[in-house]
Amino acid sequence: MSEMYKVSANPHIRSKVTTSGIMMAVIIALLPATGFGIYNFGIRALWVILVTVASTVLTEFVYGFCRKKPTISDLSAVVTGLLLALNLPVGIPLWMAALGGVFAILVVKLLFGGLGQNFMNPALGARCFLLISFPAYMTDFACDAYSGATPLAVLKAGGEVNVHDMIMGNVAGTIGETSMIAIIIGACILILLGIIDLKVPGSYIVTFVIFIVLFGGNGLDPRYISAQLAGGGLMLGAFFMATDYVTRPVTPMGQIVFGVFLGIMTGVFRVFGPGAEGVSYAIIIGNLLVPLIEKVTKPAAFGVRRNKG
Amino acid sequence: MKNLLERLYNGMIKENPTFVLVLGMCPTLAVTTSAKNGLGMGLTTTVVLAMSNLIISALRKVIPSRVRIPAFIVIIATFVTCVELLLKAYLPDLNKALGVYIPLIVVNCIILGRAESYAYSHSMLPSLFDGIGMGLGFSLALTLIGAVRELLGAGTLFEMTVMPEGYVPINIFILAPGAFFVLAVLTAFQNYLKIRAKASGKEVRKPSGCGHDCASCAESGCSSRFYDEKAAEADTETEKEEER
Repeated sequence: MSEMYKVSANPHIRSKVTTSGIMMAVIIALLPATGFGIYNFGIRALWVILVTVASTVLTEFVYGFCRKKPTISDLSAVVTGLLLALNLPVGIPLWMAALGGVFAILVVKLLFGGLGQNFMNPALGARCFLLISFPAYMTDFACDAYSGATPLAVLKAGGEVNVHDMIMGNVAGTIGETSMIAIIIGACILILLGIIDLKVPGSYIVTFVIFIVLFGGNGLDPRYISAQLAGGGLMLGAFFMATDYVTRPVTPMGQIVFGVFLGIMTGVFRVFGPGAEGVSYAIIIGNLLVPLIEKVTKPAAFGVRRNKG
Repeated sequence: MKNLLERLYNGMIKENPTFVLVLGMCPTLAVTTSAKNGLGMGLTTTVVLAMSNLIISALRKVIPSRVRIPAFIVIIATFVTCVELLLKAYLPDLNKALGVYIPLIVVNCIILGRAESYAYSHSMLPSLFDGIGMGLGFSLALTLIGAVRELLGAGTLFEMTVMPEGYVPINIFILAPGAFFVLAVLTAFQNYLKIRAKASGKEVRKPSGCGHDCASCAESGCSSRFYDEKAAEADTETEKEEER
């Protein structure tokens, strides 16, 4: 026994993937949508993004400082701030954006135990907080470039929309949701890096399309379907927010159930609800159901026969 | 006299029904959209609580313990009906604002809880003061929650504008989620004060005559249960015995 063996507690196999690495990849994947938002809405969009990110990071820093447990380096606050900013209209007063950032980090995330413990997506929680608190500001999409109504609102009112513009992103809306192409580029980066897979977004979008065909009132009209797909926050929500590791189910079957549920809820909100948009409410309601979904879809452990009844 | 004042202090601060006992959450969350509504609800409940405690205490030797709960409810419902008719006659605006929550005072668990845990086993005067203390504690809590919600959600306080001209009201605070936010923050704050008081060596006073024998104690709403280690031990021992 001349060799020295290192004795340690498990886990013995460690992955090189770190939280901050994943968060960095998500930030990079969001850059196309962010860049397009700034190009589309002008320099004010950049200010909204900077203020929101600064407020989330600062909140995380101050809380970590007070608790003497700094958690700032995992970059999750930056992702939350960026996602929240991409979900805000460009004309929002900056103090509201900052308030949303504080709410996202402090109330939705840290008070429930920090990263990994939050029961709903912090960015979407804050968006809904702002939407309920300041409905007039949060649904005012008028800015220098566009007169106001989002394509989905026009569609809901029975008007015509330019689907080509919607896919490119040259329409009114929140900062990061307008360009389907930019979001898909970012989503491809995440998929190629293996950070997300298509279980949640795939089942979400497929279910949504089926719902729209069945209940949308326009049948298989490809223009209507593509406008519904490209409009609003569907793409941003499906690829970047429904796939949040913390607030989606961990079981593969559960992820598909989760996606189907989101698709149905989004369809219900868009077709039958009073507003034109429903992605954010659909996702946070889905987040709340995650523990139930996981319980139902828990796979049987190897060698264990599942009890019937 | 000291005992009576102790009852008032107990109800308002030490065993505050909202922040410490966490009873009566339904009216707490539902009607505190403004300071005025909170105060109105609190005072209405105080009247019912004090009167029902007094009468139940007076009748405690007459009411058989098997049917005590229906008897309590009858007494409470009588006072709630009186108060509701009085409100309709003299304060119709408040009655309208509080709506269905006035008749629902009958099922407010603070009132039944105090009848069961205090009035049924104590004499009339302490029971009356226990009711007043608990009622004032409830009023205090509701007014506080209502004031914070009104201030943030509407920029006013008791219907007077206090926020500066350019203030944009944060609507969510006068809607249902705001009630939960404010209640949670205020409860956390008073817990923080309590923990700090304990850490600085101030002994948290036990209810008068506490012998750590929670199993045979009538104070079912006693907050010591939760942080009194001796009491907790006694509790678990009784549970073990019951299991055997």
